[in-house]
Amino acid sequence: MIAFENIIDFLSLKEANVRYVVLGTILLSIASSVIGCFALLRKRALIVDSISHSILPGVCMGFMISGTKDPLFLLGGAMLTGWLSIYFIDIITRYSKIKADTAIGLNLSVFFAVGILLLTIIQNSGNPNQSGLSDFLFGKAATMVESDLYTFGGMALLVISGVVLFYKQFVLVSFDMNFAKTIGLNIKFYEFILSILTVMAVAIGIQTVGVVLMAAMLITPAATARYWTDNLNKMLVIAALIGALSGIAGAFVSYSYENMPTGPWIVIVFSVIAMLSMVFAPKKGIVSKWLRQKRNSHKMMEDNILKAFYRLGEKEGDFYKKRTVEDLMNLRKFERNKLLTGLKWLSAENTIVHINNTYVLSKKGKAIGERIVKIHRLWELYLKIYLRVADDHVHDDAETIEHIITPELELLLEKQLDYPTEDPHHQKIPYSK
Amino acid sequence: MDFKFELIIIITACLVAVSSSIIGCFLILRKMAMVGDAISHSVLPGIVIAFMLGGKLGSWYLLVGAAVFGIITTFLIEFFNKKGGMQHDATIGVVFTSLFAFGIILVTVYARDVDIDQDCVLYGELDHVAFEEGITMFGQIIPYTIVRLSVMLLCIITMVVMGYRGLFLTTFDPAYAATIGISVMAWHYVLMASVSLSTVLSFGSVGAILVVAFLITPPATAYLLTDKLKQMIFLSVGFGITGSVIGYYFATAIDGATSAAIASVLGMQFILVFVGKMVEKKYFNKVAVTGE
Repeated sequence: MIAFENIIDFLSLKEANVRYVVLGTILLSIASSVIGCFALLRKRALIVDSISHSILPGVCMGFMISGTKDPLFLLGGAMLTGWLSIYFIDIITRYSKIKADTAIGLNLSVFFAVGILLLTIIQNSGNPNQSGLSDFLFGKAATMVESDLYTFGGMALLVISGVVLFYKQFVLVSFDMNFAKTIGLNIKFYEFILSILTVMAVAIGIQTVGVVLMAAMLITPAATARYWTDNLNKMLVIAALIGALSGIAGAFVSYSYENMPTGPWIVIVFSVIAMLSMVFAPKKGIVSKWLRQKRNSHKMMEDNILKAFYRLGEKEGDFYKKRTVEDLMNLRKFERNKLLTGLKWLSAENTIVHINNTYVLSKKGKAIGERIVKIHRLWELYLKIYLRVADDHVHDDAETIEHIITPELELLLEKQLDYPTEDPHHQKIPYSK
Repeated sequence: MDFKFELIIIITACLVAVSSSIIGCFLILRKMAMVGDAISHSVLPGIVIAFMLGGKLGSWYLLVGAAVFGIITTFLIEFFNKKGGMQHDATIGVVFTSLFAFGIILVTVYARDVDIDQDCVLYGELDHVAFEEGITMFGQIIPYTIVRLSVMLLCIITMVVMGYRGLFLTTFDPAYAATIGISVMAWHYVLMASVSLSTVLSFGSVGAILVVAFLITPPATAYLLTDKLKQMIFLSVGFGITGSVIGYYFATAIDGATSAAIASVLGMQFILVFVGKMVEKKYFNKVAVTGE
């Protein structure tokens, strides 16, 4: 177990080493989360996976050429092969019938194989400097020292400021290619810059989570942020926050356990946040979607019952007569149990009154029922006149739209149709005075 | 080096390559290459849990563990996408990284109790097959790995031969397949289960990640050369076998991991065919222009 003092020690950032590690991981996580938002929104999430796997041979080549773990050589190699993999995917999908997903899978696995091959060659060569090279596989934030912070942190800052600087252009290139073309934006150039920044974010990020799991650093925070907002600005900030939080968690694991790889823990923290967001996020979360669905079906049931009351009243010329469950079921095919619950809801809302197994419409209930019937018939007429739908085809569509039309649209419909009195089936369209 | 030693390793590699090549054809034609990639990563926790429960490489525990996690992966990808409303490509990325991360943590935490390490996860230990115990047949010791891989290959061949119509129709015309009463869903899960089983059986020899290269690369190379499914399957098996043989000698020559060398050779084959195709296209285009 982690001792409590351990946490205090860590959080106080007393030791210089811890400070470097925490600061470094936070910067790297923010850089990759921000870039990840663009990758996700441009539907390139899996290309990121290919880039991160392709970085391994580059790192090994950098090491083989320099003979040391000089970060500049390793990063140089990493960026070269990472960028090559984007290029290859592009070439393969453009010049052959091979689909994008196959091209991505092929690139990532073959590049990774070459990387592993080089890694084993280095290991078998017995170069004393090679220890720690395999940390690039699963990441080890705790190995970051002061000079690393300047190199990696500096590059992370470069990525972040690149996004801030070219924000407008990136947004246009990502979402509105046509507009970008018409205003004469150099699309190729900005796509290239974006891909370079992506490769850079991946290349420096492997320090923390390693090549195999790097994709999560870009994809998961972006996919999580998507649950909380539709606004790109907010999405970038939320993704960056999630990235920073998980970065701290990862640094802490690295600090507390000697041999624990950091990457998997950061990814687990990411995934937990992602799943919580997926379930509980307002508006887009599973729970809120389920509640909304429930509310909608609740409302539709109520509307349908009140409509049935109204139509019975219309038929017999008496809206306030006592009705039994059977009366309602004869008019419309309700499921008995659902009808009974619906009637209970309506009684609670005082739109109907329950008297010894019979039900009577209240004034309030009649008004609602009348409005639904009106919208239904207006819509049928609208479909007939404006969309030239046949008389016998208009009912089903009206049956769903009647629950959705807002009072504003209702007014518009009335005006557009010039306050008609009859629907296509020659039924009277009721107007409340 | 001892000839028998070489033969055993090459045979093992070929068995993995052939079964993966066959399954891979269907994967890439169904645009499911990345789902295959995801499964091969995310069976890892299943394998580790099976090891912790006392399973050994190739035992039933492992098969069950891998199959369960393979199906969990497929299910989660579907669930996150349909119910969770997550973008499809992101779903694949999120699911496999989470499960793989979970697996790696298990490996690290229980490293002392479990007989696998991170290297094994990454690139397997193909050379170890030659020192394995086995059953004696025709006066020779045949390592258990080879026996297991042969059984798997037989199962896959049987599945493809017997279910060819179902696989073919659900791959190319799922709507038509559904109307004549072939269950598209059932074949989907059969295929996903075979991907997870072949991953777990190839796990000890080529590792969980490199098996993706075996699954995708030979079929992709074959797909460049033909449009016919049967030809594609045979061609990709051919590429798998030649890649394994060349890759083995390549690995000995440069003193690197055998499985990684084979996967690299498979990649080289793809590049050669791809470039060849491009050159051919250029040449034929010229002929067509002058012909006019």
